[in-house]
Amino acid sequence: MDTGLSGFVKKLPLKPLTLLDINQISTDAYILSLPQTHDFLPGQVVAITLDASIAPRLYSLCSAPKDETMQILFSVKPDGLLTPMLAKCSKGDQLLVSAPFGAFLGDEQPAWFIASGTGVAPYRSMLRAGLTHNKKLIHGGRFAHNFYFQDEFATALKDNYIRCCSQESGDGMYHGRLTTWLQQQQQLPAHQMYYLCGSAEMVVEVRDILIGKGIAIERIMSEIYF
Amino acid sequence: MEKITLFGKTPEELKQVVGELGMKPFAAKQIAEWLYKNHARSFDEMTNISLKDRQRLNESCSIGLETFSNVQSSADGTKKYLFPTAKSRFIEAAYIPDDDRATLCVSSQVGCKMGCLFCMTGKQGFQSQLSAGEIVNQISSLPEREKLTNIVYMGMGEPFDNLENVMKSLELLTSEWGYAMSPRRITVSTIGMIPAMKHFLEKSECHLAVSMHTPFHEERKKLMPIENVYPIAEVIETLRAFDMGRQRRVSFEYIMFKGLNDSPKHVNEIARLLNGMRCRINLIRFHPIPDTPLESSDETVIQQFREALVKKGIRTTIRASRGQDIFAACGLLSTKALVKMQSPDF
Repeated sequence: MDTGLSGFVKKLPLKPLTLLDINQISTDAYILSLPQTHDFLPGQVVAITLDASIAPRLYSLCSAPKDETMQILFSVKPDGLLTPMLAKCSKGDQLLVSAPFGAFLGDEQPAWFIASGTGVAPYRSMLRAGLTHNKKLIHGGRFAHNFYFQDEFATALKDNYIRCCSQESGDGMYHGRLTTWLQQQQQLPAHQMYYLCGSAEMVVEVRDILIGKGIAIERIMSEIYF
Repeated sequence: MEKITLFGKTPEELKQVVGELGMKPFAAKQIAEWLYKNHARSFDEMTNISLKDRQRLNESCSIGLETFSNVQSSADGTKKYLFPTAKSRFIEAAYIPDDDRATLCVSSQVGCKMGCLFCMTGKQGFQSQLSAGEIVNQISSLPEREKLTNIVYMGMGEPFDNLENVMKSLELLTSEWGYAMSPRRITVSTIGMIPAMKHFLEKSECHLAVSMHTPFHEERKKLMPIENVYPIAEVIETLRAFDMGRQRRVSFEYIMFKGLNDSPKHVNEIARLLNGMRCRINLIRFHPIPDTPLESSDETVIQQFREALVKKGIRTTIRASRGQDIFAACGLLSTKALVKMQSPDF
């Protein structure tokens, strides 16, 4: 089993994989399903591109190792190069994909999973892999349709699934940014891990809030969309 | 109609532009000389181009050079320049004179995506990539341009997250048709984006600086999220596999954090990782940023750390802190206050 620490260079070569399925799950988000060619650990990423002329981008796997396919969640960036093209792919198309790698890995320790947008992908992999005990997921999004996999998360985590919606209000959702929700918490548990995944802006802001509330940097693990 | 910006284009790209304007192909070479050798800031200065062609250029193109919009001067002679970029954004460049050397620290992005815990630029998030022209403009529009001896890509942004434009800017700086600078006077710094770093090593002859900051994987993950995907051990393995030749230099940047990465254990692990590698380490004092839990190591600890590394056979220097009073020192560049971005929702 790859621990994510070795052989990145050897794994870098991208291999063609046939797209098994593409599902639009929201107005702007899609799930790609690919053949599961390698073992991987929940939280790992793959590099993907369409052809060698386009620089590959890294995407967290949102499926679990036990699943039959490797799945990637992505949202379309209108001014991006790759995601608008990925969104136009069809079943049977060929993508260039690396083996999974990376060290943003979950474990059995109590933890808060904090994400914005599609940053929820690695947590879905961890939760589907059974890492649900002592976990809380705080997910931030602009609109209700940005809470990808919300039924799955609600079933798995019940009250430990918090949706922070900045632009809409609705049943069971906190109306506001996830940073505001965090600021409003009187005391944060000090002896657990905090996982952060999303845009640089979100990760940096949340990390500052956690540190400001007394969380040691050793307890904060970040994954940023590069 | 939006005018075509010429500064930052290669002769080949200029040839295409002049062709589209109905001008002779040799005009491309003339324009390149005016832009990069003669530092022309208007088409009217390009006197070996016919008046008719200059009119065509004026109608359809702009030079694209931007004068700095602000400058701050440090007591130690360092100057921090603020340059405007596209979409009303701003970047900073630090000019650092030092005896017979004069170094310019240039930015490669507006903001940064990398989110390193100790960096002020990271606090403003990422706004946009700089074009090759915007990168080189920091040099071309610098009042002290003629005094420059060295260029370091250590300003705002991660250069290898903007690989295409950074490589093109290096081509502009080192080509005979461009600024004809020796690649040995240019250092590009990275946090270790391996695929892009490999491309740079193969396609450029410039020096490389890698931000290490700790040799331990778990510790580095907390300081630098990039460690999750490109671990420092893999970065070093990649460098070892590459023939650097005798002239090219690899250095490792190491900010000294009190009680975090300044122990004998760190010295031993650095020595183990770099064993036999021709490189050097630059120790850097940490310049505190707002709301940080980190502190700089004490002076005596920094000196002892340097001596311990030297005893292990590793060439080690301590970088002088410059421009601290104007927030131009390492890790302090930021235009967050000027970012007129919408507050990101999440």
